[in-house]
Amino acid sequence: MTQLLLNIDLSLIDWSRAQFALTAMFHWIFVPLTLGILFIIAIMETVYVKTGNPEWKRITKFWMKLFAINFAIGVATGIILEFEFGTNWSNYSWFVGDIFGAPLAIEGIMAFFMETIFIAVMFFGWNKVSKKFHLASTWLTAVGANLSALWILVANAWMQYPAGMFFNPDTARNEMLNFWEVLLSPVAVNKFLHTVTSGYTLAAIFVIGVSSYFLLRKRETLLAKRSIVIASVFGFISVMALIFTGHGSAVQVATHQPMKLAAMEGLYEGGQEAELIGIAILNPKKAVDNDEDPFLFKIGFKGVLSFLIDFDTKTYVPGITDIVYGDEENQILPTSERIAKGKIAMNALIAYKEFKAQGNTEDAKVQYDILMDNFEHFGYSYVKDPKDIVPHVPIVFYSFHIMVIFGTMFVLVFLIFAWLTIRNKLENFKFAKILYIIGIACVPMAYIASEAGWVVAEVGRQPWVIQDLMTVDAGVTNIATGAVQTTFWIFAFIFTGLLIAEVSIMLRFIKDGPAKPENEGGKQL
Amino acid sequence: MRILKRIFRFYYEGFKTMPRWGKQMWLIMIVKGVLLFVLVKFIFFPNHLKTNFETDEQRSEHVINELIKAAQNDTITTEH
Repeated sequence: MTQLLLNIDLSLIDWSRAQFALTAMFHWIFVPLTLGILFIIAIMETVYVKTGNPEWKRITKFWMKLFAINFAIGVATGIILEFEFGTNWSNYSWFVGDIFGAPLAIEGIMAFFMETIFIAVMFFGWNKVSKKFHLASTWLTAVGANLSALWILVANAWMQYPAGMFFNPDTARNEMLNFWEVLLSPVAVNKFLHTVTSGYTLAAIFVIGVSSYFLLRKRETLLAKRSIVIASVFGFISVMALIFTGHGSAVQVATHQPMKLAAMEGLYEGGQEAELIGIAILNPKKAVDNDEDPFLFKIGFKGVLSFLIDFDTKTYVPGITDIVYGDEENQILPTSERIAKGKIAMNALIAYKEFKAQGNTEDAKVQYDILMDNFEHFGYSYVKDPKDIVPHVPIVFYSFHIMVIFGTMFVLVFLIFAWLTIRNKLENFKFAKILYIIGIACVPMAYIASEAGWVVAEVGRQPWVIQDLMTVDAGVTNIATGAVQTTFWIFAFIFTGLLIAEVSIMLRFIKDGPAKPENEGGKQL
Repeated sequence: MRILKRIFRFYYEGFKTMPRWGKQMWLIMIVKGVLLFVLVKFIFFPNHLKTNFETDEQRSEHVINELIKAAQNDTITTEH
C-alpha cells in the first residue's frame, strides 16, 4: 500500500473518482426519465389506439416530444464512462475481464439497436405505418430502453457481489464460469428491479409536475388531468414496487455488503433488535475507534432493522465496529484477519508467477491452490488499516435517508393525485393550488432521490471497486493527475452546458405546451 | 430490394419533414457526438492498455505486476 502511495499521486485517485462520479451522476440525470416516461407514453398511446380519441394522440405526442429532448441530450453521455474505464481504470477494466464484456456487448447489439430502430418508427411513423404497428414500436422502444439498463446494471451488480466467475492468475482476469449466475444473481435481479422502478417513479412524478404546472396556469386542463390519471396510477404501482424491491436490495446488502448497510443506518455497535433510524443528525465526532454517541439527535425504531432484514426482530445485524474489529460470537472475522488472508493470497500469486516462470508446475500448483483458498479475501491485501474499510458514513447515511423520505412522500403524492383526478375533484379541491405546487416541487426532489440512491450504492461500497477483491486505488491507472484534472473540467463544462440546454429547451417546450389539435391546424410531430 | 427502398424512403421522408425542434435535437446530438467521440475520446482518452502494449500477454503481465506492486510493500512471507 505504501509502495502504491509512493508511486501514485494520492490526488490522482481522488480526481479519477471525482471524474467518474461526475460523469455517472450526470448520465443518471437522463436515464430514469427515459426508462419510465416511455412506458407512460406507451400506455397513453394504447388508450388512443383503443378509443380512437385524437386528444389521446395529442397527449401522447406532447410527452413524446419531452422524451425526445431528454433522449437527444442524454444519449451517449454514458459512453464516456467506458472511455474512463479504458484510460483511468485500466487495471480494473482488465481485471473484470469478460464479466463486463459480455453484458455490455449484448446491450450494444440487442437493446441499443432495438431501441434506435423503434424510436425512428415512433417519431417518423405517425400516419405512415398502421396504428397498431406504431403502438408496438412505442412499447418495444420502452422495453429496449429497459433492456439496455438491464445489462449495465448486471455489470454493476457484479461489482457489488462478484459471482459466476473464477480468477485466472495467468491472465489476471476474472473469467465467466456461468452466465446465468451473473445475470440472475439475487443482487443483480434486485438492483435491476429497484433501479428501473425508481425510473418509473421519477417519470410519473415528472408527468405530474408538468401537468400541475398547466393546471396552476389554468391551461391544457384536459391534457393535464388525463396525464395525471395515467401517471399517478402508474406511479403508485411503481413506487410500491420500488419499496418492495428496495427491501429486497437491503436484504442483499445485509448479506453481501454488511458494512454498507451499517453505514446506511449509522450503526456502529451491532446486535439483535437493531434499530431502524427514521430521522437523525449524525455526531461528526463519531469514529469507529472512539466511544462518542453516533447521533446528536435521532428518532429510531428498535428491532425494525432486524425485522426488515429477516422478518425477526431478534436477528443480529453487525455494526461498523463489529465488521472492523470482528465479532467471534457471531462469526465475523476481524478485518485484520482478512488482511492477513488477503496477503496470503497475494503472496501466493507472486510465488505462482515465479514458479511458473521457472517452469516449476508442481510448486506453482501448490501456490495456485493457496491463492484460490484465500481469493475471497484477495482485495484485503491492499488494505493497510482495518479502519480503511469504513466508507464515508455521513454521505451514505444522509443520502439513504433522503432517498427513503422522498420515496415515502411520493406514495402520498400519487395517492392524492390519483384519488382526486379519478373522482374528478382535482380542480375543485380546496387546496388544489398547494397540491399543484407540491406536484411541481416533487420533480427536483425525485431527481435528488434518484441520484441519492446511486450515492448510497457507490459511496457505500468504498473502498471497494469490486467488493472484497479490488480496492479503488488498486484499480486506477498510474497516469498524470493533470490529465485527469483537465478532462474533469472539460466534462464539467460540457455537462453544465448540456444540462442548461436540457432544462431551458424542456422549459420552453413545456411553456409552449402541446401542438394544437390536428383539425385546428396543428403540425405533425 | 423493394423493402430496402421503402425503409430508405421512410427515413428520408422522416428527416425531410422533421419539424424545426427535431432538427435542433439532431444538431445537439451531432455536435455532442463529434465532441465526445472525436475530441474527448481520441485526444484525452486513449485506451491505456491497448495503446501501450501490443499483445494480451503483455497486458496481463503489466496488470499482474501493477496488482502485485500495489500490495507488495505490505505482503508477508510467501507460504511454501
